[in-house]
Amino acid sequence: MTAAAPARFDFHRPAAVAEAVRLLAEHPEAVPVAGGTDLMVAVNYRLTRPEAMLDLTGLDELRDWTDEGDTVRIGSGVPYARITAELAAVLPGLAAAARTVGSPQIRSRGTIGGNLATASPAGDAHPPLLATGASVEIASTEGVRHVPIGEFYLGPKRSALRPGELITAVTVPKAAGPQQFLKVGTRNAMVIAVCSFALALDPETRRLGTGIGSAGPVPLTAPDAEAVELPWSDPGRFDDALADEFGRRVAAAARPIDDVRGTADYRRHALAVCAARALRRVWTAAHERNPR
Amino acid sequence: MPEPATPTPPPWAAGGVGHTPAPAARPDAAHEHAAPPAADTGPRSSATGAGPRNAAAHSGPRSGADAPHRPQPPGEPAAAPRTGAELPQEPRPPIGPPSPPASAAPTLDGEAAYRTRTSAAVPANAVTARPDGTVGQSPIRPDAEAKVNGTFDYASDLAFDGMLWGHTLRSPHPRALIRSIDTGPALALPGVAAVLTAADVPGKLHYGLIEADQPVLAPGEVNYQGEPVAIVAAETLDLARRAAERIAVDYEPLEPQCDPSEAVEAGAYFRYQPVRVGDPDTAEAAVVVTREYEVGMQDQAPLGPESGVAVPTGGGLVLHVATQWLHSDLEQIAPCLGLEPERIHLEMAGIGGAFGAREDLSVQIHMAMLALRTGRPVKMMYDRAESFLGHVHRHPARMRYEHGADADGHLVYVKAHIVLDGGAYASTTEAVVGNAASLAVGPYRVEHASIDAWGARTNNPPCGAMRGFGAVQTCFAYESQMDALADALDLDPLEIRRRNAIARGDQLITGQVIDAYEPDPAAPADPDRARPFSPLADLLDRFTDLPVPPVPADRDIVELPGGTGNTTHGEGVRRGVGYGVGLKNICYSEGFDDYSTARVRLELGGPEHDGEPVAYIHTAAAEVGQGHWNLQTQIARTELGVRHVVLLPNDTKIGSAGSSSASRQSYMTGGAVKAACEAVRDLWQDRDLADGPIEATRVFRHRATKPMDPVTGQGDSHVQLALCVHRATVDVDVELGLVKVVDLTCVQDVGKILNPVALEGQIHGGTAQGLGLAVMEEIVTDGGRVKNASFTDYLIPTILDMPPMRLRIVENADPEAPYGLRGAGEPPTLSSTPAIVAAIRDATGLPLTRVPVRPEHLTVRRPS
Repeated sequence: MTAAAPARFDFHRPAAVAEAVRLLAEHPEAVPVAGGTDLMVAVNYRLTRPEAMLDLTGLDELRDWTDEGDTVRIGSGVPYARITAELAAVLPGLAAAARTVGSPQIRSRGTIGGNLATASPAGDAHPPLLATGASVEIASTEGVRHVPIGEFYLGPKRSALRPGELITAVTVPKAAGPQQFLKVGTRNAMVIAVCSFALALDPETRRLGTGIGSAGPVPLTAPDAEAVELPWSDPGRFDDALADEFGRRVAAAARPIDDVRGTADYRRHALAVCAARALRRVWTAAHERNPR
Repeated sequence: MPEPATPTPPPWAAGGVGHTPAPAARPDAAHEHAAPPAADTGPRSSATGAGPRNAAAHSGPRSGADAPHRPQPPGEPAAAPRTGAELPQEPRPPIGPPSPPASAAPTLDGEAAYRTRTSAAVPANAVTARPDGTVGQSPIRPDAEAKVNGTFDYASDLAFDGMLWGHTLRSPHPRALIRSIDTGPALALPGVAAVLTAADVPGKLHYGLIEADQPVLAPGEVNYQGEPVAIVAAETLDLARRAAERIAVDYEPLEPQCDPSEAVEAGAYFRYQPVRVGDPDTAEAAVVVTREYEVGMQDQAPLGPESGVAVPTGGGLVLHVATQWLHSDLEQIAPCLGLEPERIHLEMAGIGGAFGAREDLSVQIHMAMLALRTGRPVKMMYDRAESFLGHVHRHPARMRYEHGADADGHLVYVKAHIVLDGGAYASTTEAVVGNAASLAVGPYRVEHASIDAWGARTNNPPCGAMRGFGAVQTCFAYESQMDALADALDLDPLEIRRRNAIARGDQLITGQVIDAYEPDPAAPADPDRARPFSPLADLLDRFTDLPVPPVPADRDIVELPGGTGNTTHGEGVRRGVGYGVGLKNICYSEGFDDYSTARVRLELGGPEHDGEPVAYIHTAAAEVGQGHWNLQTQIARTELGVRHVVLLPNDTKIGSAGSSSASRQSYMTGGAVKAACEAVRDLWQDRDLADGPIEATRVFRHRATKPMDPVTGQGDSHVQLALCVHRATVDVDVELGLVKVVDLTCVQDVGKILNPVALEGQIHGGTAQGLGLAVMEEIVTDGGRVKNASFTDYLIPTILDMPPMRLRIVENADPEAPYGLRGAGEPPTLSSTPAIVAAIRDATGLPLTRVPVRPEHLTVRRPS
C-alpha cells in the first residue's frame, strides 16, 4: 500500500520510552503507531494523514507483561493474542475480550495500548478494564501518571491522553472471582461489537464490577446494577427475577444510538440479556467453586 | 448474465467486434486448416525437431517419430502404425520458422490466409497445465499453485514502466446538478499529468451493457452517490487522490428519488414485464396466503478490487482488465473513446472474484482516456470503499405475493407484484426483470398466474448482475409462500413441494415446456412409473436418507450462536430446520444470440512435452475463480486423447466467449472447446502431426430462445433450467436474535459432473453467498447514500458462519448440452437463503418476511 501513503511524512523509531516521549514533546504532530490496526486503516481510508509517525515497535519495555502480585502490569505494546494465550487464568474477562478482537492476524498485531489510545466506544478491551478497575499508565517528559480507567474515556475516540503523552501500560487487578465478557455481533466472528458487557465478581468483598461497550459515547459502567442486592447468605435464592433486574439496570445505564450496526432498542435489549446471563454465570461459578 | 429484454437483439449482441468472426455470415464458423508451425520463440523455443530425437526419447504407440501422431480417443484401440515404407523418405524439416501463409498446407475452407496469422509464438503468459485430468476428474487447477503461493498476478498487481496512477472523483450527492467544475487547483499540483471531465470524453458520452445510458463522466448532473465526475492521472496514487480532492465542483443538490415503488408509480422504470396465464381472479382456492417480502441490497464483494492498466500504443491502446466479458467491454469502450475497435486490444488481467460485479465497466474507459491524453500507461485501482461505490449491486426487491391452493395443497393460482430497484442507470436491469417475472413462481405447476414485475429507476446505487440474477429475490418470496401454505394446511414442507413439483411435459407460467431431462439411469426408479419424471421430486426424495444432524452434547462456544462473543452457553438456543428450492435459468435468455468461440491447435511438442502432441486452446472466456481454465484442459484431454494442454491468454484476438456469468461457461465455452477439439480430431485422422499443426476454430451456440411477450410474458425464453434444494439446520439464540447455521445439506442436479472438486467449490460458494443474504449481507442506504462501504460493516460470512456441507449431486442429463451438463454456479445461491430463513422461522415462530434477517428482527423490532 505504499502508493496510498502520504507523499512525505516523518517516521521516528525510538529505542526507549524516554526517547519516545522526548520525540513526542519535540514533534507533537507525530502519531504513535504500534500494530497499526486502527491507524493504518484510517490512513488507507484517508480519514487521517499523519505528518509524522512514532513507531513504538522498537520499545521492548512496552512489549511484555509483569506479575505485580495483586495486579498484572500489561505493557501497552502487548498484542491481544498474547493476552488470550497467557493471561486467561488471572485476567479471564480481559482474555475473553481479547479473543473476540478481529481476526487472528489483527490479534497478533493489535495492542491493548492501541485500543486505549483510539478510545473507540466499541473497543473490546474497555468493558473488562472498567469492570476490574484498571489503571492506565501514561508517560511524558514530565514523568509518569496513572489514570483510573473510569476517568480515562472522555468522549467518542477522546481520552485523557494529552499531547506529548504516551500510554506505556495498563495495570489490571487479578481476578478475585469469576468474570464474564459477552460481545454481540451480527457475525459469529471477526465483528465490531453491536454491544458488549463485562462483569467481574469478587466474592470476598461481595462486589460486582461492570463495563458496557458500544452502547454510549464512551465505554460505561452500570453503578446501579453493581449495587444490586445479591443473596450472599443463601446463594440458592438467586433466581431469574434477580438476574433480569440486574439486566434491566445495566440496560438503563446504556446510552446507545441507532447506527448501521444495530438499533438503540436492540442494544438495550441485548445488554439486558447479556447482563442477566453474565450474572447467572458468575454467581453459579462462584458457588460451584466455593460451595458454602 | 445480461439477457436483452427487447425482441430484437441489441447491436452488441449481433456477433462482436470487427475482428470477431461474424456469426451470421458463418453459421458454423468452422475454419479449419493445417496451420503453419509456430514460430520458434517462446516457451517452445527448444522444440526444433520432431523427428528422430523424439523417436529416441520415446517408446509406445503415441510418441516417437515412428508412430504417427494420431488421435486416440480413450477406450479406442490405437490406430495401427504405418509401416516404415509409408514414412516420408526425406528428412522432415524441423518444426521451426513458420511458412508464409500462402504456402501453408491445403486449406479445407479457403480461409487459411485469414486464420493462419493466429498461429504464432506462445506468449509468456500462456498457462501450461499439469499433464493429467479428463472430464469427470479433478486435476489440480493450472492457476492453483500461483494463487496459493501468492505469485498469481491479479489486476491490482500490474505495473508498467513510466506508469501513471489514475483516480476518480465521485459525487458525494445522490442527485445534483453540476453548475461548474474547476480543475485548475488539481492541475496546479506538481506531478499531476491530466484532469479530465465529461467535456474531455473523446467519443460517445454514455455506455451500458444493454442500454447505453450511463455517462462516462457526469455531464452536468449526477444521479447517484459515487457517480464519476472527473478523473486524474498523476505520478502516484496518493497524489492523484489529493489532486482529486482539489477539483472544485459546484453542485446544486436536488431531492433524490429513493423509493422504488414511488418511482414505478411515477413511470420511472427500466422495464415492466407482466406474465399472464389462466384466470387467477376467478380460480377458486381453499386456502389463500398473502404476504409482502423484502430483499435488501446485496453486494458481490469480490476480494480483488476493480483495477487495470491502459497502455497506449501507436494510435491505439492495450487494456489490461479483469472483466467477465472482454468483448462486451470492448464494444462499450471503443465508441466512448472514438476509436475503431480494431485499435483497442483487451488482455485479461488476473481476476480476484467477480459474481456479476465485473460485468459493468468500471476503470476501463477512464484509464483509457487518461492514457490517450498523457501518452503513458495509466493504472487505476479502487480501494475497498470506492469498490463498493464503483460497481453495481444485487437489486433490492419488494414483493407482494398471493398464493391460492386447494385443500390438498395443490397450487391453484399465484399473483405477484414485484418491484426491483435498478438504481440510477440501466445496467442489466431489463434482463433481471425478465428473470424475476418468468421464474416468479419457481419450479411449481400452476395453471393461473398473474405476475407484474418492474425494474425501477431511482437515485439509489445502480444495481445489475449478481449471482442468481433476478431469480434470487423471487425465490425467497415463493419459497416463503410455499412454507406459509404448508403451515396453513399442516403439511410437511417437502410434501407440499412434492405435490406441486413440475414434471417433464409441464409448463412454466411462460408456457415453456419442461424438457431436456434424461433421468440418471443409476437412480432408483420412481415406483409410480405412470407419473412423468419430475426433476424436482427426484431431488426432494433424496433427503429421505439424509437425516437432520443431531445436537452434539458438549459444544464449544464457537459452535453456538454468537461464537467467540461468548453470548450463549446454550441459554436461549432453539433449533430449527427449513427447506428451500431454487429454479435458475442457465445461459442467456429471451432471444439473445448467445455464443462462444474457441480455437484449438494441436502440434507436436518439444522435449519439455516429451515430444507428445500439445493442444493449445485460445478463448476469451474469463477465469473468475470458478475453474474454467481447468475444465478447458480436461475437455481437450478427453476429446483429443492428449496429455499436454497450454492455455493461451484470454484476449480479444479471438472471437467472443460471452460472459462468465449465467452459469454458462461450462456449457458455452466448454461446448466451443469441445467442438473445436472434435474438429481437430477429425482432421487428425487423415494427417500426421509431424506435417504441421492442426487447428480449428468453432463457434458454439445453445438452442435458440424467444423473447417474452410484452403483454402476456409467454414464450420459450430460457435455454436450460437448473434446480437446487437446500435443507438448513440452524441454532438460534432467540433472546439475542443471533443465528448459527449448523448444517446445510444440498441436493443439486448438475446434469453431468465435469470436475467434482470445482463443482463442490461452486456449491459451497454459492451456498455461502445465499447464507450471507439470509443473515448478514446488506448495503445499507439512507437517502441514496451508502452507509457501510467497508468490510468492517458490510459483513460477509466467515468460516465460523458457514457450516460444513453435505452434498448429494444428481446427474439427470440435459441431452441438449455438452456432456449433458447443467450450469451449476448460481442455483445454490437461490435456495440456501429461503432454506435458512425457513429454519429460523421454525426456531422462532416468527414470520420473517425480510432478508437479511437481523438480530433486532428476532427480538425487539419485528418488521413483519
